[in-house]
Amino acid sequence: MAILTYRDALNAALREEMQRDDRVFLMGEEVGVYQGAYKVSKGLLQEFGEMRVVDTPITELGFAGVGVGAAMVGLRPVIEFMTWNFALLALDQVVNAAAKMLYMSGGQFPMPMVFRGPNGAALQLGAQHSQAWEGWLTHIPGLKVVAPGTPADAKGLLKAAIRDDNPVIVLEGEMLYNMKGEVPDGDHVVPLGRAEVKREGTDVSIITWGKMVNVALQAAGQLAQQDVRAEVLDLRTLRPMDTAAVLETVAKTNRAVVLEEGWEVCGFGAQVADVIQREAFDHLDAPVLRVHQADVPMPYAKNLEKAAKPDAAKCVAAARRVLYLDR
Amino acid sequence: MPPVPDPTPGGDDAAFRRGLLRGMLLQRRFEERCAEAYALGKIGGFCHLYIGQEAVSTGIMSCLRPDDYVITTYRDHGQALARGMTARTVMAELFGRADGCARGKGGSMHLFDRSLGFLGGHGIVGGHIPIATGVGFAVKYRGSDQVCVCFMGEAAVNNGAFHEALNMAGLWKLPVVYVIENNRYGMGTAIERAAAINDIYERGAAYNVPRAVVDGQDVFAVREATLEALGRARTDHLPTLLEVRTYRFMGHSMSDAVSGTYRSKAELDEHLKRDPIALLRAALHEAGELTDADVQAMDAELKAEVQDAWDFADASPEPPLEALFEDVLVDTTSDGRAA
Repeated sequence: MAILTYRDALNAALREEMQRDDRVFLMGEEVGVYQGAYKVSKGLLQEFGEMRVVDTPITELGFAGVGVGAAMVGLRPVIEFMTWNFALLALDQVVNAAAKMLYMSGGQFPMPMVFRGPNGAALQLGAQHSQAWEGWLTHIPGLKVVAPGTPADAKGLLKAAIRDDNPVIVLEGEMLYNMKGEVPDGDHVVPLGRAEVKREGTDVSIITWGKMVNVALQAAGQLAQQDVRAEVLDLRTLRPMDTAAVLETVAKTNRAVVLEEGWEVCGFGAQVADVIQREAFDHLDAPVLRVHQADVPMPYAKNLEKAAKPDAAKCVAAARRVLYLDR
Repeated sequence: MPPVPDPTPGGDDAAFRRGLLRGMLLQRRFEERCAEAYALGKIGGFCHLYIGQEAVSTGIMSCLRPDDYVITTYRDHGQALARGMTARTVMAELFGRADGCARGKGGSMHLFDRSLGFLGGHGIVGGHIPIATGVGFAVKYRGSDQVCVCFMGEAAVNNGAFHEALNMAGLWKLPVVYVIENNRYGMGTAIERAAAINDIYERGAAYNVPRAVVDGQDVFAVREATLEALGRARTDHLPTLLEVRTYRFMGHSMSDAVSGTYRSKAELDEHLKRDPIALLRAALHEAGELTDADVQAMDAELKAEVQDAWDFADASPEPPLEALFEDVLVDTTSDGRAA
């Protein structure tokens, strides 16, 4: 067991997978000479050379397509978007090409590739640099989507994503890169499609992923002081979602709060809530509540941004409402 | 029919040249029957015919190795046949049957054959061009001398994806031949109304990419230009932007008028005088390599081949309902084990 930052955990995953399989390469803006815009790829250019750690021009659509082509003929690209906000430009390649190629070719062209980068808000980055994209990406059959919230899950899920023979979206976070946590030694791989209970409880289930896992744990700590034992379920993989784990926690606590950093309308939390109401209705003692960003583009001013974002206090308030402790 | 064997540079072999004619005529007869099938409702959705452009597909494919790659647009029937896909497997795909090359899951715009390096059949204008750059990247990554040929229409060059893809090919020096099939119309929009510069091959200068323009109705000229581009790609790992000037004799798709809307009948009639099949036929006739009887016999065989494909497609079953959920994801990992 070692204590690593989330950043170093991703770095280790990339290094180990590139050592293990010479079909794996990393491509994106500033991944090489600059050592990575967020230093996730530090040292990789020196170790693997410029054919395997490829600096690109600022051309998201173009280099996402380069990854698609390389995957079609048997390489295993890891395409880095400096942030997922810029990936909007590349969505034709992610959705119309990568996600659909296997199906429309009648099974001839699997797409073993990873698209990864930081997702969601950081601090005062403004409207165009702060969006959470899981609502858009989980919508697409043909993609898998993961959102690690801890260093151990970052390493384990990225390794699994690289080994998976499908296109896998990895949603990281600028605010997560410095986070420290225990990471198991050796070839630590976290299977896709498996949620994890990060904190056990009996009174209410807080279901979440990514950056919000930490927020949920803070909320659970505050709730404990109010004599409420909250269970925190970290989905880890959004698509395919671990439905069994979701239903198990709701069966146990009978109350659910879904916490996400994105917007309300058609956010991934809506899908989680629908699955719960459809499959666990008789276990519920209250409606499922969602905690999410305010329905506005992200403002710059510090106080407004704080007001827009979900936080532990808002999560606690939602938990108290589903327990009917507050109205 | 299999691809034309032995791509002899210069094509000094009379049998080889007859093979070129055969390949082009197969495409013509196939596409004519497609129009009929579409009108009968056997082919649905969009159907974009290649009639008039056969010298481009045949000329280029006749120069390729089996291990080269091809990627193209939705106007892909002619290219698929020229690359060696059977008329049966293509027609069955168009009819949406289980024996189609994509098991009925793709349709006209999405013909694929991994064994022939035929990477589709793509529906988003310009979308496949960066993919071609990626194939070239993979070839260079592996240290191979394969080439990727990327077909596109002239309207695609105004698209951002073209710009990004060509820039990287020129910057990284990748073995991709980008073939612009300039048939003068992007759907209903003439090139003069869409492109600030109409000599499209000149855009290669913006990316330091070698470039050329060629008469696409002359299969020998197409071959010559292709062989030069392939040599450059294999030896020097340099891309080429090859503008091939051609013309489509039908509308953009089966939903589009042949003439009288955005192009005049007079203009079409002018271009019909340079039917690539007629030109090749005349050239071989003049060289004493082909008689009218030879052509009639060849045509009869090819019509029978296309009829056989039609019958095969008609007899092929629709995909089973279980196929609806197949091939969304694979359940394997790089270890070869199940995920």
